[in-house]
Amino acid sequence: MKKLLVAALLLFAAALALAAPPQMSRFRFENFTTANGLPDNHVYSVLVEGDRIWAGTDNGLGLYENGKWKTYTTNDGLAHRAVLSLALDKRTGDVWAGTMGGLSRISGGRIDTFTQLNSGLSNDVVYGVSIEGENVWVATAAGGCRLNTRTGQWTLYNERNTPMIEIWVYGVSATPSKVYFAVWGSGLLEYTQDTGKWDKYDDPDNENEIVLFKDQGLIHEIVTSVSFVDNIVWAATYFGASRYDGRYWHNFLTKDSGLPSNFINFIKGVDANRAWFCTDKGLAYYDGVNWAVYRPSLKDGKPEMTVRDAQGNVTPVAVSSAPAHNYVLGIDFQGDDIWVATAKGLSHGVHQKQ
Amino acid sequence: MRRRFKIAMGMRLAMPAAALFAVALFFAGSRFDRPVRASESDAVDYASPIEVLLSSDGARLYVLCQDSEEVRVLDAASYAVIKRIAVGRVPRGFALSPDGARLFVTNSWGDTLSVIDTRTLSVSATWTVGWEPSSVVVDRAGKHLFVANRIGNDVAVLNATTGAEEKRLAAGRGASYLTISPDGSRIYATHIYPNPPRVRTELDNRTAPESEITVIDAARAVVVDRIPLHAIAGVFHLAFSSDGRLGAVAEYHPKNLVPLAHLEHGGAFAYTLTIFGSDVGQPVEIPLDELERYAARPFGVAIAPDKSRIYVGCGGSEMVTVIDVPRLMSFLHARPHAQSVSYAWDLSASGNYVIARIPVGRDPRGVALSRDGRRLFVANRLDDTISVIDTRTNRVALTIELAGPKTLSVLRKGEQAFYTARYSFQGQIGCATCHIDSTFDGLTWDLEPDGFGRDIVDNKMLEGVKGTEPYKWNGGNPNIPTECGPRTEKYFWRSEQYDDLTLTDLSTYIRGLEPRPNRWKLPGREMTPAQERGLALFARGTDKFGKQIPEANRCSYCHSGPKGTNQKLFDVGTRKATDNSGMLKSAPLASIALTAPYLHDGSAHTLEEIWTVYNPEDKHGRTNDLTKDELNDLIEYLRTR
Repeated sequence: MKKLLVAALLLFAAALALAAPPQMSRFRFENFTTANGLPDNHVYSVLVEGDRIWAGTDNGLGLYENGKWKTYTTNDGLAHRAVLSLALDKRTGDVWAGTMGGLSRISGGRIDTFTQLNSGLSNDVVYGVSIEGENVWVATAAGGCRLNTRTGQWTLYNERNTPMIEIWVYGVSATPSKVYFAVWGSGLLEYTQDTGKWDKYDDPDNENEIVLFKDQGLIHEIVTSVSFVDNIVWAATYFGASRYDGRYWHNFLTKDSGLPSNFINFIKGVDANRAWFCTDKGLAYYDGVNWAVYRPSLKDGKPEMTVRDAQGNVTPVAVSSAPAHNYVLGIDFQGDDIWVATAKGLSHGVHQKQ
Repeated sequence: MRRRFKIAMGMRLAMPAAALFAVALFFAGSRFDRPVRASESDAVDYASPIEVLLSSDGARLYVLCQDSEEVRVLDAASYAVIKRIAVGRVPRGFALSPDGARLFVTNSWGDTLSVIDTRTLSVSATWTVGWEPSSVVVDRAGKHLFVANRIGNDVAVLNATTGAEEKRLAAGRGASYLTISPDGSRIYATHIYPNPPRVRTELDNRTAPESEITVIDAARAVVVDRIPLHAIAGVFHLAFSSDGRLGAVAEYHPKNLVPLAHLEHGGAFAYTLTIFGSDVGQPVEIPLDELERYAARPFGVAIAPDKSRIYVGCGGSEMVTVIDVPRLMSFLHARPHAQSVSYAWDLSASGNYVIARIPVGRDPRGVALSRDGRRLFVANRLDDTISVIDTRTNRVALTIELAGPKTLSVLRKGEQAFYTARYSFQGQIGCATCHIDSTFDGLTWDLEPDGFGRDIVDNKMLEGVKGTEPYKWNGGNPNIPTECGPRTEKYFWRSEQYDDLTLTDLSTYIRGLEPRPNRWKLPGREMTPAQERGLALFARGTDKFGKQIPEANRCSYCHSGPKGTNQKLFDVGTRKATDNSGMLKSAPLASIALTAPYLHDGSAHTLEEIWTVYNPEDKHGRTNDLTKDELNDLIEYLRTR
């Protein structure tokens, strides 16, 4: 009898657990706009450097420090007012900014700018930048390139020396072992550092937007962002996202995942299993099993958070704040907090204990 | 800068013979520039002390000797030599570990760091470091070494135990001198060439130079600040008071935006200190000069332990300038300032705080104070002596001879003439003012002979200049004696003329300046793939469309020969409205990677801009058919020249 009672209790507990939505991180979002000092509301990129926050906006580079914003402009030497991408050299503390008019290094308050005219940079439109050791890897509108900061040598990667067909490179993720380029219309390029060899990953259906076979390969040729972490590639496209472990692909679409949209501007892997997705319909987080979406409601603009479990059950979670806008362009982490770049402001997601 | 004096002219043993020789050279015309035969037996090793340092207990005086490439260890009481320790090629800076057990020496032309065990007084290790290491400091914890690399324009962070390099921090252009703050929390780096302009203006190449003090957090080894030095080009040693509240850095303030025709009115350079720290608030630039007495080429700086005096060694003026700090503070506090301010133009200012100008030896460089502040040691580089100044009397109490050769070679005489400012009006400038350490200054100048506002010219590198005549951008001077003699005397010095002997010495010295090792070159004749591709482009005779490139429009035609010049004049389409002519001598390529800005007027800030901005009609070589990667390859090759 006693055993039966214990079993019943266990079953009851299990049922309760199954019925409850998964516990996903909650945030209290504090939003920054021009009203409280942000240089511009259109924020393309965000970078956390300890207690300092860098915001790449359409009208200058903002630095949030000690509760105040400082703005760097072209008058300070910034390559262009529109700052599309940001990267931190964790060793030196230098910040690299990819802009619509070149690449800038912000170091101890000094800005050095590299353009296609004054340096070996392949093109002034710099969509992405990533730091690996003494190398700065750059994604531009005319291919990828690498600056060796020690020798000053530029090496360009384009259709002449890589399998790149299109040269519109939207993103780059560099590590000492591998470098990945997200190429708009030309899939994903992989460079192996020790061999100097290139591999190219394409959508098996080519540019067909209908996925014939699930998880057959990269979800689409129009790759907008890539993040390589823990030997896992997270790739974003305008038609879904992909995860690649070196052998198997796993794709994410709205129809079979918690993605709020297949139109993904930016992706950032946390580790091998977890990633953040910046879409045109909100910010999404995937913990390897479950999903959470944070956004202003598409219907009425009210703060919204939804959680999707492994079975596809979607549960709303009551929240009182949301990122500044649904159109999300970038994210970075500050401990358990997140900073989110959107088309209508910068959001600080303060992690809430549950 | 270091030169082993191996030359057939040898010593100036007899004045009449040398005079005859000079006269012979004068009449020999073009024969003057023929190579001078050298032989090993003529080698003369001068010590050329460039820095001095006292051990922490004050018992030893370490002297860094650039030409003999050694550290001489002297008893600080008797000044007897205890040991001579050979180090690497062209040592430039040194520092002790916090416990005094190790002395680190940067060997600037060897790209190495010698580690000397101060107990055994021997080199215990030699570590490979960055490009042209010029200065070194150790953090208080003894964990990291910081090394300023002049060609690398950076500060390398090394593991102080193993010498393994951890990272490099972007510093100013020509990063050269490092100082650690008294509390050990910050490291300050200075640089000898102005930084590239941050913002392009319509003034193009006529903007004031900008320099900086790079401030590094010693514990985190990251750059945390850059103190701007406006209108400064050439920044040298920096010193702190023992309480860390007062900092002073030696620097040049060029007046290169006005025609160089007003030496009579102080119109070439101001030699200044920037004073900073909590004692003064925002940085203040103060002049060391006074009317009719200039403090040319300030280099070494020391502040008395009781903060009563600042001592500045002035290489060109061959003296030590002494500043009374309380008087300086009174001067500054009477002129409150909310932002950084400069009194560089005020030749009456220094009368408020300069209390002595102490003559020392030739080309005084590094200075060091004894712990009690009573003795100031000054390294007289071109005299092979150390001046010991009694700081109570502000007089040289003793001159320590470093046992260098007693006789002076022609080259040594020439080097002395090059580095002194004594020949110019009021001792304002010398060759080395604009050719820092016999190189260049990174500035453009408006020289008088071509007319005011006409023919703005970029200052050139002197190393490797032999055999590249005619000189000047317009090829107006047929040889070095003309360039350095009548032209310089008339338009620069505006004072006395060199005697023939001195001009011979000077010309010989300049002709003997060899290019420093090229860091972009691989050992032997090996090249990187990019350099090889670049060489092919440099040498090509047809463009990418299969069309033959006219001979005069090929890189390899105008920039032919070992020096990269065929010594002829061409119009490469870079003439400006202010230029009298578009005909310019093809520029030598030696050390081209180092010598930005480029083109005759310095309008190209980088090598790339020569072709991306200033070659729209392919007059400066056929390049507009090249892709961006090909242009990068061409530049990779040029950097090896």
